[in-house]
Amino acid sequence: MIQVNQLSKTYNGTTVLKIENLEIPKGQSFGLVGNNGAGKTTFFSLLLDLIQPSTGNIINNNIQVNNDEGWKTFTGSFLDESFLIGYLTPEEYFYFVGDLRKQNKADVDALLSKHEEFFNGEILKNKKYLRDLSKGNQKKVGIIATLIGSPEVIVLDEPFANLDPTTVSRLKKIIKELADNPNVTVLVSSHDLQHTVEVCDRIVALNKGEIVKDIQTSKETLQELEAFFAV
Amino acid sequence: MIKKFIYLEWKAFSRSASFGANVALKIIIGFLAVYFSLIFVAAGAGAFYVLKKMNLDPLLTINKFLVYYFLFDLAMRLLMQAIPVLNIRPLLTLRIQKKTIVHFSLGKTALSFFNIIHAFFFLPFTIVLLLEGYDILGVIFWHLAIIGLIYINNYLNILLSNIDKLFVIFLGIIAILGGLQYYDLFDITNYTVLFFDGLYAIKGLFLIPVLVLIGLYYVTFNYFKSNLYLDAGLSNKHDIAKTENLTWLNQFGTLGTFLKNDIKLIKRNKRSKMTIMMSILFLFYGFLFFSGGVKSYNSPVMHIFAGIFVSGGFLFTFGQFVPSWDSSYYQLMMTQNIPYKGYITSKWWLIVIATIVSTIIASFYLYFGWQVYLTIVVGAIYNIGVNSHLVLLGGAFTKTPIDLTSTSGAFGDKKAFNVNAMLLTLPKLLLPVGLYWIGFSLGNPNIGLALVALAGVIGFIFRDKVFILIEKRYKIEKYKTISAYKQKS
Repeated sequence: MIQVNQLSKTYNGTTVLKIENLEIPKGQSFGLVGNNGAGKTTFFSLLLDLIQPSTGNIINNNIQVNNDEGWKTFTGSFLDESFLIGYLTPEEYFYFVGDLRKQNKADVDALLSKHEEFFNGEILKNKKYLRDLSKGNQKKVGIIATLIGSPEVIVLDEPFANLDPTTVSRLKKIIKELADNPNVTVLVSSHDLQHTVEVCDRIVALNKGEIVKDIQTSKETLQELEAFFAV
Repeated sequence: MIKKFIYLEWKAFSRSASFGANVALKIIIGFLAVYFSLIFVAAGAGAFYVLKKMNLDPLLTINKFLVYYFLFDLAMRLLMQAIPVLNIRPLLTLRIQKKTIVHFSLGKTALSFFNIIHAFFFLPFTIVLLLEGYDILGVIFWHLAIIGLIYINNYLNILLSNIDKLFVIFLGIIAILGGLQYYDLFDITNYTVLFFDGLYAIKGLFLIPVLVLIGLYYVTFNYFKSNLYLDAGLSNKHDIAKTENLTWLNQFGTLGTFLKNDIKLIKRNKRSKMTIMMSILFLFYGFLFFSGGVKSYNSPVMHIFAGIFVSGGFLFTFGQFVPSWDSSYYQLMMTQNIPYKGYITSKWWLIVIATIVSTIIASFYLYFGWQVYLTIVVGAIYNIGVNSHLVLLGGAFTKTPIDLTSTSGAFGDKKAFNVNAMLLTLPKLLLPVGLYWIGFSLGNPNIGLALVALAGVIGFIFRDKVFILIEKRYKIEKYKTISAYKQKS
């Protein structure tokens, strides 16, 4: 589904990301772990064509992302709060994104009612604009908005950060469900090794912009990763 | 302690976003600042002699209108002078006494631009009074009282805690009083002049504003101190949100999607609401030209200039900041399957609708004759046909993020100095004036109007071509724009 070729990103002579080759097959749930500054967000930004690669390219479903915008029709993503429109209510935001993905109100409503448990009664009909919601609740809105229109590729940057324990376990359930669908490729990044191991088939660890581990998840994965990051 | 505070303030000032602008910009801003100070100083010093020439008693005349001056000042403060609450938060848990924090915050507002600006007028005026042989003690007491009143406004603004609605109320009061006075129904200045003149004539009366100021400071201090909690005085105001579906816009497809969003954008953010205010101001700008109040403005060629402005307020203040209005969530827009055309068309329609509405409201200019209103209508046609495209094109070059929640920067954003955008302002104003002048020289002002209107119609025909051009520009600048919008001020 996603093919990375000779990709690198350099700022003022400092290379922040360098991936020779990486292939993510369709239907895989892919976890990206690493410390601050390892290049996780840079990689996702490149995948979403928000920044330009210094060399190389990324191909998403046969579309080279920095040349053709066709990937937008089947890719859903949430990187941070800058994906939210602060002056809208959550409902308005969902419908806005729905409109852009050619989903009518009923489609969006169906998705929202499916995830009512995830919202925990704190999102819908709350008379608050997105800018006035807490960080965690903003994240909930962003994550669910990603799912509108059943995209085939879902990109979530640090989805577990800022969430309360209950919501984290509910989110894991949602991601696992997505991962079980053979048509959906999920990409998740996180600092939290355990969460990532739980929801992903495959884990790639980045360090200073380079891939240092690439493992299929098994019982020993968590120990292996913990040993690697423990200094 | 004070030394530490001053250190913090200096850092805040020298590292503020507007200070980080490039050197050329700093020089221009510096020039502007000097220019406006000089104008104020000249007005202060010159006012005396101008009034004297008109056979009016300068001090008495100024005193007569001071009531409006202070009301207007308060209204402007309510709208624009922010209360420094946010930067207090980090101090709360440090080893500093609460009363020190409050004194510091209140003291800081005393140095605000909104207080200093008055000195440029009143100081020279007072000096001239002294030179012209007015009673020295009286003049000094009068000046002290004025300073007192300015600072009373300063602390009143804090107490009223920036309630935006009060701004409208105060403007309303000024308008009503002004109207009553204009039609000789009731003249408030007849009463207030006694007080303001008394400040000069009656020794000791100046103590009243000074004592009121001291009392007000005490009240503000207590109010502030008892509200120095995160969930009280230092909380962010949350608006009660109401979901609006605006379903009637659905019939317009993608265009409707964007229009819905843009309407909410304008309705729910301070900064964008200002554009509506500015459009109203621009609407009345024409009075200067058409009423014959200012002689040099009352020429036919200047009239078309005004005609463009009367209906173009929204166009100029909103249009030139597209796409910056969407800067805070630009990354979202760039990852969605967004047709640029729908996006631009939506903004264009907003501008067109605002222009038409302004033109209809401007029908009160019919009072000055149909020729004047025709000029305005022709200006509107030109705005829709040509200027709407030009501002959107100019916007594509500008990359300053907009903080929707703050009103500062509404007047003269530094973006206005973008070279490309500057070059584009020339055809916005000079071309119609030139066309009109040609027609006028040919012997008939109506030929001039016809030429300007024709330019508008031709521009309208090329609409799609221009949109394609803008779209290309957006695509070329995409990465630069994203990274510029990420750098919040």
